Amino acid sequence: MIARARPAWWLGAAVLLAVLPWVPGLQSDFGRSLLSQMGIAAIFALSYNLLLGQTGLLSFGHAVYFGLGGYVSAHFMRAINAGLPVPIALVPVAGALAGLAFGIAFGALTTRRGGTIFALISLGVGELVHATSLMLPSFFGGEEGVTASRTKAPHPLGLDFGSQLQVYYVIAAWLLVAALLMHAFMRTPVGRLCNAVRDNPERVEFIGYNPQRVRFIVFSIAAAFAGLAGGLHAINYEIVAAEALSATRSGEVLLMVYIGGVHHFMGAILGAAAITWLQVSLSDYTTAWLLYLGLLFMGIVAFVPGGLAGLVTMHLAALRTRALAAIARAYAAALPVALLASAGAITLIEIAYRRSTQPEAGTRMKLFWIPMDTAKPWPWLAAAALLAVGAAALLRLWPRVSRAWASAGEELHGRG
Amino acid sequence: MREIVAFSLLNGAVYGLLLFMLSSGLTLIFSMMGVLNFAHASVFMLGAYFSWQISRWIGFWPALVVAPLLCGLIGAAIERYGLRGVHRQGHVAEILFTFGLAYVIGELVIMGWGRNPIENRVPAVIDFAAFRVFGTSYPFYKVLMTLISVGMFTFLYLAFKRTRVGLVIQAALTHPQMVGALGHDVPRLFVLVFAIGSALAGLAGVIGGFALLTEPNMAAALGPIVFVVVVVGGLGSIPGAFVASMLIGIVQTFAVAVDYSLMDLLRTLGASVPASPFLREVVSVKLAQAAPMIPYLLLVLVLIVRPRGLMGTRET
Amino acid sequence: MADALAVTAPEAVVPAALELRDVHKSFGATSIIRGVSLSVPRGERHAIIGPNGAGKSTLFNLVSGRLRPTRGSIRLEGQEIAGKRAFRIARRGLARSFQVTNIFPRLTVYENIRCSVLWSLGYRYDFWRRIDRLRDANERAEHTLEQIHLAGRRDALAGVLTYAEQRALEIGITIAGGARVILLDEPTAGMSRQEAEHTVELIRSLTRDRTLVMVEHDMGVVFGLADRISVLVYGEIIATDVPQRIRANEAVRAAYLGTVDA
Repeated sequence: MIARARPAWWLGAAVLLAVLPWVPGLQSDFGRSLLSQMGIAAIFALSYNLLLGQTGLLSFGHAVYFGLGGYVSAHFMRAINAGLPVPIALVPVAGALAGLAFGIAFGALTTRRGGTIFALISLGVGELVHATSLMLPSFFGGEEGVTASRTKAPHPLGLDFGSQLQVYYVIAAWLLVAALLMHAFMRTPVGRLCNAVRDNPERVEFIGYNPQRVRFIVFSIAAAFAGLAGGLHAINYEIVAAEALSATRSGEVLLMVYIGGVHHFMGAILGAAAITWLQVSLSDYTTAWLLYLGLLFMGIVAFVPGGLAGLVTMHLAALRTRALAAIARAYAAALPVALLASAGAITLIEIAYRRSTQPEAGTRMKLFWIPMDTAKPWPWLAAAALLAVGAAALLRLWPRVSRAWASAGEELHGRG
Repeated sequence: MREIVAFSLLNGAVYGLLLFMLSSGLTLIFSMMGVLNFAHASVFMLGAYFSWQISRWIGFWPALVVAPLLCGLIGAAIERYGLRGVHRQGHVAEILFTFGLAYVIGELVIMGWGRNPIENRVPAVIDFAAFRVFGTSYPFYKVLMTLISVGMFTFLYLAFKRTRVGLVIQAALTHPQMVGALGHDVPRLFVLVFAIGSALAGLAGVIGGFALLTEPNMAAALGPIVFVVVVVGGLGSIPGAFVASMLIGIVQTFAVAVDYSLMDLLRTLGASVPASPFLREVVSVKLAQAAPMIPYLLLVLVLIVRPRGLMGTRET
Repeated sequence: MADALAVTAPEAVVPAALELRDVHKSFGATSIIRGVSLSVPRGERHAIIGPNGAGKSTLFNLVSGRLRPTRGSIRLEGQEIAGKRAFRIARRGLARSFQVTNIFPRLTVYENIRCSVLWSLGYRYDFWRRIDRLRDANERAEHTLEQIHLAGRRDALAGVLTYAEQRALEIGITIAGGARVILLDEPTAGMSRQEAEHTVELIRSLTRDRTLVMVEHDMGVVFGLADRISVLVYGEIIATDVPQRIRANEAVRAAYLGTVDA
């Protein structure tokens, strides 16, 4: 649901974005780099949500437009390096235009249908473009990709983009612009029709519109914004390589948007921030982080289709009900056993990963501040026991949680 | 020249049969339930890993039976305890669930056996030459593969045409809602179909594990191609899957052997070579380089021109 | 037949709102519609009745563009529409409702209606105008909302409405665009007596200056609303006449109404 936004929210967002790189903990180059990555991912995710959340189009190849936008931007940056008098801050426009052009070209053929067929076609096109990129080194730069400099350019207002802080502000500014535009798009006739096509493409025909045309338009626009994100990617890393168009990147943005929550505009941003953070920091703690990510994703698909944003709105709504106390009590009971079960599962996973992927690191490791030896049976047994007991207890206690939520739902529904 | 043609044909046919073994299971699942099972190739991968592990414990021939059974059980569990709750959310959610599952299975394989390929060599019992073609020996395990996939085809044919359950499943392949309306226990059927499909994938994995590299990435490498086969062959059609598998298997194997490019063709025809370096690059791509793209090209073309596929009976 | 048609001006001057000539529809070897001819003059309320499986919904699907006829001609206000895409037919002024509620469940009631008025007001695939600023679209939507008595549920998601409310919304979506020929497919299906009466009043007021073709099973509704009735049995129309004569028609009684006095 795209709620009607008030100008105050946008102002607040702008202030937040301006202030973030000065927050303690994020003031380092690492922190600002993280924020920059989040910003780029947020634009990419927002563009993807135009397709998935707003129009019901599941694409497995959206990275094509991100990547092609990135490559075109990289070449544009090289032209600037060679003397073209355009400020670096405008490079993403080239990316957006490239994304738009390719979106129109591929979209004309691929948006005839929705649903599973669209998903498969997007998969095929994605693989095709990725394969092509490895075969045409003059444009795609072969294995090393295309490099460009973001400092060798005109410096209006003294901005030379040498520092990560300046790069962040360009990304943040474009994020604000892109979010504003995409949000506004959803409040136009075509935007509303996108939602209608998502809900019932057949009925859309009977009110006089061709659902294919609607899909084509939103597809092209989503591709443009993906290209915009690709352009920022080019500026941030000063290199664009084949992974930018890969199936992995397409899968990544899908995960971001779905985990964040497809039903809300903020969901995409939330998911982008969360997954980017996980990718950057969780991978430092554990080699099993992809497994955790996959399990999180499956959990969201199966149990929390509204994603993180959905969880937030659900809980905010529950605050106004009398069932809140019951929910809190149920959580209080379930949380300890859930933690126990998780501790058991995580331990099993970690020691298994250590054994299979890092045999050279030896069998001794420290988990949850407890030293253990993976060669001995006791860590395995203890972890399995924790998991079994915790899971059994959780299964017993879960009905309490769902009952509490059911009564909250009834209360809210009754008012609706 | 004759050698290349003969070997490409043989190898292409074997590759095609491998694709068929994989895609027959997916056709069942996709056609009957509309679920684009991204985890299908992952179960295939599990079959390869299980067979290696079981072979080490009790030998190859038991593994040939036990590994597919395990995979069938896993498939049944996926449907019964996982997908069943997701069906009511629609096809997109189903696809996403299996997509996540593929991710997770891939990671679990790494957790169990590590990131590197395992030495899944052809077991000694079947590692001998079957016959000789143009002086080079043709391995027996490839013949075994052929036998197994022909066996699969026969089994599926008999099971569908001659048993009651088979008839019901056949009907459900093309008219799933109607079958439910007629009073059949569709959820139980779903579990059965998922189990059979997964067992077939597991069986394909046992054999495919030798033909291909057994590593955690094998599912991601083969998965998309299997989708292509199912789509090109057509929904609801096992014979279609067979035709498409052979087509793609043979064409791709032949293409990989062709070391010529459009540029060479232009030169032989005496036509002029494009001036711009970019275009020149495009036409210099050798067919062998472009071979991996052929299935996807076919996929996109078929979906645009004839979404029903070659022999399909419905579109989704 | 001739005297039954003498309701409006001769056809030569004003074409019939809807005219079917020898329409056939087969699925493979199975014939569902076997040569249906029907002429509905402007402003008439025409009901189509018949036993289950007669092909009533199929007929609607053929007229509204959901299916293509195997043979035959379908004219809307004189213009041929047989085989055209549903959205082209809708643009020419024909709208239909569905027997199984076919709304936009995750849009609000208001949005459901508002989307339905857009084309008729001249808005195409605009993405440069805010929909909230389109005065005429919003006014028309509000007005329609009042007409179907759902103004109180304006901001509710269509998917959570009660069955009767959804049926009202279904009709609302159908008439919101100002179509001149309205097809209603079992509008009172599944309703209590009271709900059905409400719906009949709604239909009566909403279709005052329009042509209405309706499929119905509820004979009370049919005989109360219809100017003329056609009886469809096994894909053929066995009678088209005013209600009293249909009630008395032997063939109709045998096929459908039964021999007990209706």
